[in-house]
Amino acid sequence: MSVELLNFIETVLNGLMSGVMYSLVALGFVLIFKASGVFNFAQGVFALFAALTLVGYQTGQVPFAHLINELFGTNYHNWYASMPNFLAILLTMVTMIALAWIIERLVLKHLVNQDPIILFMATIGLAFALEGVGDLMWGSDVKVLDVGIPSGGSIWLEEATIGLAAEGSDYYGMYVDVLNIWATVIAVILVVSLALFSQYTKTGRALRAVADDHQAALSVGISLRSIWILVWAISGFIAMVAGIMWGTESGVQFSLSLIALKALPVLILGGFTSIPGAIIGGLLIGVGEKLAEIYIGGYFETGALENWFAYVMALVFLLFRPQGLFGDKIIERV
Amino acid sequence: MRIKQLLIGITASVIAVSSYVEMAIADLKFPMLVYRTGAYAPNGIPNADGFVDYYKMINARDGGIGGEKILHPECETGYKTQVGVECYEKNKKDAMVFQPMSTGITYQLIPKATADGVTVYSTGYGRTSAANGKVFKWIFNAPVTYWDGASIAVRHILKQNLGNIKGKKIALVYHNSAYGKEPIRTLETLAKKHGYKLMLLPVDHPGQEQKATWLKIRKARPNYVLMWGWGVMNQVAVKSAASIKFPMENFIGIWWSGSENDVLPAGQGAHGYKSLTFNAPGSNYQVHKDIKKYVHDKGEASGDGSHFGTVLYNRGLFQAMVQVEAAVVAQKIHGTSKITPAMYRDGMENVNLSAKRLEELGFKDFAPPFKNSCENHGGSGLAAVQQWDAKAKKWNMITEYMYGDSDVVQKLIAEDSSKYAAEQKIAERCN
Repeated sequence: MSVELLNFIETVLNGLMSGVMYSLVALGFVLIFKASGVFNFAQGVFALFAALTLVGYQTGQVPFAHLINELFGTNYHNWYASMPNFLAILLTMVTMIALAWIIERLVLKHLVNQDPIILFMATIGLAFALEGVGDLMWGSDVKVLDVGIPSGGSIWLEEATIGLAAEGSDYYGMYVDVLNIWATVIAVILVVSLALFSQYTKTGRALRAVADDHQAALSVGISLRSIWILVWAISGFIAMVAGIMWGTESGVQFSLSLIALKALPVLILGGFTSIPGAIIGGLLIGVGEKLAEIYIGGYFETGALENWFAYVMALVFLLFRPQGLFGDKIIERV
Repeated sequence: MRIKQLLIGITASVIAVSSYVEMAIADLKFPMLVYRTGAYAPNGIPNADGFVDYYKMINARDGGIGGEKILHPECETGYKTQVGVECYEKNKKDAMVFQPMSTGITYQLIPKATADGVTVYSTGYGRTSAANGKVFKWIFNAPVTYWDGASIAVRHILKQNLGNIKGKKIALVYHNSAYGKEPIRTLETLAKKHGYKLMLLPVDHPGQEQKATWLKIRKARPNYVLMWGWGVMNQVAVKSAASIKFPMENFIGIWWSGSENDVLPAGQGAHGYKSLTFNAPGSNYQVHKDIKKYVHDKGEASGDGSHFGTVLYNRGLFQAMVQVEAAVVAQKIHGTSKITPAMYRDGMENVNLSAKRLEELGFKDFAPPFKNSCENHGGSGLAAVQQWDAKAKKWNMITEYMYGDSDVVQKLIAEDSSKYAAEQKIAERCN
């Protein structure tokens, strides 16, 4: 095989892996949009908040330490040295469920029957408020997140592919980050679990009923409020998974909330209401932007196509299929 | 009766407010453009803490500068250029100096501050050609500029290759902003001079995703990678370089890509990564002892005090020290403690931080000596290379402070500043 072809395959593979990382964020958006019609602008901040909380629990950081010390003249920073990963993840999940409950009580409950734009604006407010609370609770430092997921280039893949190049060619194997392979495995488990949950459990069916028609679901006795809490809690859990993956890659810091911007073109492509759409959309965006950056980036003086090319793809797609690949068709009756 | 009481109250308030205003005018105002929130907060906070702790220490230990207390109101920019300009407009009255902490903001403030008669000090960042004091009367960027930095990095590479880098490939991974683009011109000129191939790799804000950039590097296999990054871009770049097994000793960042924040998330993978620096790391200097005694031990530390002695905190100390020293010099020149912004500028232009003076200020061996002059607002142009030891989790200085290629840099500065002078119709001074 020629080195060029191997490099092309490597780019596509890496694009797919990056796409999975985007899909992890997009999944949270889709779940909430499906169940409550709310476009949750705060999903990126959810991921940040979950990752901050996880590191906080892992390292025994006292929440709001800075505020407490400022107010009471104390000097508390840590209450224990470390916590096992499993326990820290479990506690973070509990925190995200509590957060979902608080959001339902303080925000959603008061906005039932409001226009979608009002709910959208509320989530913008929520994003800023949660970012501020996260800062107060855990501080703004860059935090190292390690839950034991390996990272770095896969040596196995490198060695397995080095012989594929034509003899005598200057090639040293294909590169894929192990962290991305793990992200792919986790995303697959997540999607399969969600599908099984919504298909075969009573709560899952109730969830789908609410997603299909709020009024009809209410009329058969499904509690809209508990379903909303559940959906926000599940998307909080997905945000935690996304936060772990992205946080392991770059350290946990406030720019993590901007990963939400990576999910937008994924949603436009895959549709706002489809879980498979979020995955396929993510993969398409991932591959598209990597190919664009590597193969046509050099023709642009400014370069850095990787960030904005996804939006170009999404815009082009909007022209032909506004509801996205798997989104519900928009039918307006006159 | 009630009207009488009201009148007395109003009169008392007016007296109180006017006496406060009088006191405030007598104080020296050093507005701080900070970013304690947003994507760049992890870098902005330690730097701002360094500034605040130094100002507090001067107020507590010396009673201010020549008896005048330092006022240091903060304005949050979030590293956003337009917000930085708003902060400037809001705080410019009676301000001695602005430290924008962003090359983008600095570029916007250059014409404004020049028109308003306010000093802008962009320590080791901003517009490089502002080093030419003949054209940029109100702008200072000592002790070293980005163009010096680019040429110092190339000089370091030259030394490692016994002076010959012909045919070598050097990649520049840069923040796709005014800041990141600053060294390109110098590196292009040096590429012609030394015969290396330059590869330009921009990364868009914030730099969370750089996979394609590092795949390109893996394919092109440059001998060296230079980085002009900030914020999360640095952490992702260092981690990505480690992931593709790029030799870390051949990866060199500018001084804004060399803090603890930038390397810690990569763990052992960051071992051997290098960056330039114009100040030393650590907390064993006299200035740290004074800050501990007069600020931290009294519970007055800025933030939670956890950044004490880190690279960006120390840089904040250095920046604040130069700003305070400029006021000291201005007071001496003009024979008054109540200096005006114009007098302050004179002080900044005559700052002479010799080794002896640095020692007096508690900065012995902390940074190389430098002096400003009418012609030179860019300082000494000295920087050293530091290297990250991931096991010990500390930066080690591995070279002496060295000069860049002054022939190339000075020529470029002269060209760029003359162009600016012609555009803005500025007559050169210092003749």
